[in-house]
Amino acid sequence: MDFIQNFPFFSILLSLGSGVLTSIMNKKVARLWNTFVLVAITVMSAVLFVYMIGMGEPYTFMMGHFPAPWGNEIRAGVLEAGMALFFCLIMLFSLKGGQEHIDAEIEDTKINLYYIMINLLLSSLLALIYTNDLFTAYVFVEINTISACGLIMITQSGRTIEAATRYMIMASLGSGLLLMGLCILYDITGHLLMSNIKDSIAYVYAQGTYNVPLIASIGMVVVGLAIKSALYPFHTWLPAAYGYSTASSAAVLSSLVSKGYIFLLIKIFFRVVGFDIIVDSKIVNILFVFGLLGMIMGSVNAIMENDIRRMIAYSSVAQIGYIYMGLGLGTTIGIVASIFHILSHASTKSLLFIAGVGLTDASGGSKKFDDLTGSGYRNPAAGAAFTIGACSMVGIPLFSGFISKVQFAEAAVQNGLAKMLPTLICLAISTVLNAIYFMKTVIRLYTPVSKKAKKTQAAEAAVISLKEHPLYNITLLCMIILNVILGCCSQPIVDWITSGLAMFG
Amino acid sequence: MSRLLSEEEYRKTKAFKIKRWYRGEKDPYIGRVELTPQKPFTEDVKTMKQRIHDEAILKRNIYDIERNKKLQIFSKFYHVVSIAFVFTLIAILLYIVSYLPPVGNAANPDNNEVAAKYIEDGMKDTGAVNIVTGMILDYRAFDTLGESNVLFIATCTVLILLRMDKNSEKKEEEDNDRLYEPKNDIILQKVAFFLVPMIIIFGIYVILNGHLSPGGGFSGGAIIGSGLILYVNAFGFKKIERFFTQKTYKWICFVALLFYCLAKTYSFYCGSHHLETGIPLGTPGDILSSGLILPLNICVGMVVACTMYAFYAMFRKGGF
Repeated sequence: MDFIQNFPFFSILLSLGSGVLTSIMNKKVARLWNTFVLVAITVMSAVLFVYMIGMGEPYTFMMGHFPAPWGNEIRAGVLEAGMALFFCLIMLFSLKGGQEHIDAEIEDTKINLYYIMINLLLSSLLALIYTNDLFTAYVFVEINTISACGLIMITQSGRTIEAATRYMIMASLGSGLLLMGLCILYDITGHLLMSNIKDSIAYVYAQGTYNVPLIASIGMVVVGLAIKSALYPFHTWLPAAYGYSTASSAAVLSSLVSKGYIFLLIKIFFRVVGFDIIVDSKIVNILFVFGLLGMIMGSVNAIMENDIRRMIAYSSVAQIGYIYMGLGLGTTIGIVASIFHILSHASTKSLLFIAGVGLTDASGGSKKFDDLTGSGYRNPAAGAAFTIGACSMVGIPLFSGFISKVQFAEAAVQNGLAKMLPTLICLAISTVLNAIYFMKTVIRLYTPVSKKAKKTQAAEAAVISLKEHPLYNITLLCMIILNVILGCCSQPIVDWITSGLAMFG
Repeated sequence: MSRLLSEEEYRKTKAFKIKRWYRGEKDPYIGRVELTPQKPFTEDVKTMKQRIHDEAILKRNIYDIERNKKLQIFSKFYHVVSIAFVFTLIAILLYIVSYLPPVGNAANPDNNEVAAKYIEDGMKDTGAVNIVTGMILDYRAFDTLGESNVLFIATCTVLILLRMDKNSEKKEEEDNDRLYEPKNDIILQKVAFFLVPMIIIFGIYVILNGHLSPGGGFSGGAIIGSGLILYVNAFGFKKIERFFTQKTYKWICFVALLFYCLAKTYSFYCGSHHLETGIPLGTPGDILSSGLILPLNICVGMVVACTMYAFYAMFRKGGF
């Protein structure tokens, strides 16, 4: 076994252990250590990614002295390594971009608690990506949920506590359904290891004895994870949670937490149940319908918002709808499009949240559109970044959003007419709606302030020059570069996702 | 000067006045407007009463279900839908259960090689007589590591929510709360005096015998935690702070979890590379046996006990 194969194990244990270590650190050391952990895991994941592309086949790693069905096991392939690399990068950018706000908005003695949450969240995301065991996945889903809750309410105001309560209720419902689904799966297959369950399910499904519990358990798992990742009718917790928490939290939550669950769902589709059975069970059709609904309704809600953060949050609902629509197409190419959209949305949405907070800073901390008028001039870096993020969301070529829309359209065309037409029509409508609210915002950012408004605004609105926040600006630049890379060099990335999915099977 | 107007006429124009004001030579307010310093805002009793009354009426009208038609309809709809949802879920689950394999049937899918190995080889592999402990702390130790971190992160979240900082205003109120503690309840104190040592010793027994008899870190820790809570109820926070403060809690949790992480990292690493750990398993049945399970049980027990007590203390007064 090569030494590099230890890296997934090292990454999980390092982030888990540093959560504990952070509890005795003061805020500066905690921040430094967290940055170190993130960079170390990013580097390890990058090395592993390159190594996996060279090796070309996945491997399993025994967690302990006992082989698979008895002990725990993790598994790494190209897709897993790439996802881990990407998630670490986004988390690093989100934290660095919002660092000043973390320091300003959170009480001094609670900052190290914030980094405990971040470290444990990272470990749970990594474990969700790498695990080969359903119960391990459930344990880390719990860690993920609780730490997300902590991230929402660490800036203590009535709004965030209400948002965290809502999130907790919805997420508990999701966890409960997920756990019940897993229990039923265990009852009819007798295994918790993904590959073993897949074999038993293929046997059980062919025999037809337990088809009712099998379909029901798949349904529960899917609904549970859909609630946790805010698929349209279950999105009510989302706008407040993303809209009022501190900027880094919002970026991490929207681009990583919900995506971790979706990745787990894709993993369950391919590695636990088997994609043929999923398609055969018609569950994808339900996901397809709700995905389409989410695409439209999320955008409609976003248009009606008068608060920039909540608008970006509602846009997340629409984008999650895209991802589920891709899953609902029921073809491998649809899943590839969904995974690409996970990457594209994660990089864009974190950029938008971080840029948005720069704009509100330049408008006296107000998130209302009226006060944001002309803030693109007052904070040029954030204005440019927001514009690029908005272009990417709408689907302008050069940026990542365009590629994911093309991917979805290509995937739709390969389906029958019943799914092709609704997909294409909804894609078109949703793109127009996206353009309405994002371009409206961009135009407002670059509208010069009228003289009358200037008098009332001048007191709070401060001009933030390019040199003032070097860390923030560098982070924005990195995120823009990541976005453009996704948009311009998409073919290798799509190839990587396709080969990774092939390794899942 | 190339001005068309004479100096005197120029002084009468608006342009001159604006220029003068702009240069700051003359303040147009001075001498024309009576300047008085702003009075601090005071509200006489009558208007204040009126305001409070108005606010109360407003609040009542908004939250009063009888007056607020929208809320009325919504809350009815909400109740109906939530009850319908719960019953549908129950019906679906009952329907599914009727299709599941019967309990205790030997031909069930879950009666397979996995369970068989746990039962047959459990003692030989892990050195623990209690198969459950062997399973959670050796076979599937990674899950349990995650699970103890769930406890840890849960306390951290409660800390975020409830901990009062020394500077915060609420601190004073919280301190006053201590005055109401039932410090001098003789019956409670006498009972606790006898019970608390026994409860804690029993908890320690359950933890230490986790690999031999039913029990283990989670259950033993819960017992110790309840003993601590009884103690604090009987004797108050001042007494318990002689040996258990926030610092103690922090260090116990830190040391226990860090030891757990490091020990398991070592053991996972050795396991996946098929190396010997060098930790003797001992004779099954002895108190000092089963390798890492005993120290890990102690760690889990300490974390659980501290978590139980920390939750209580935090909800009781927002700190230790």
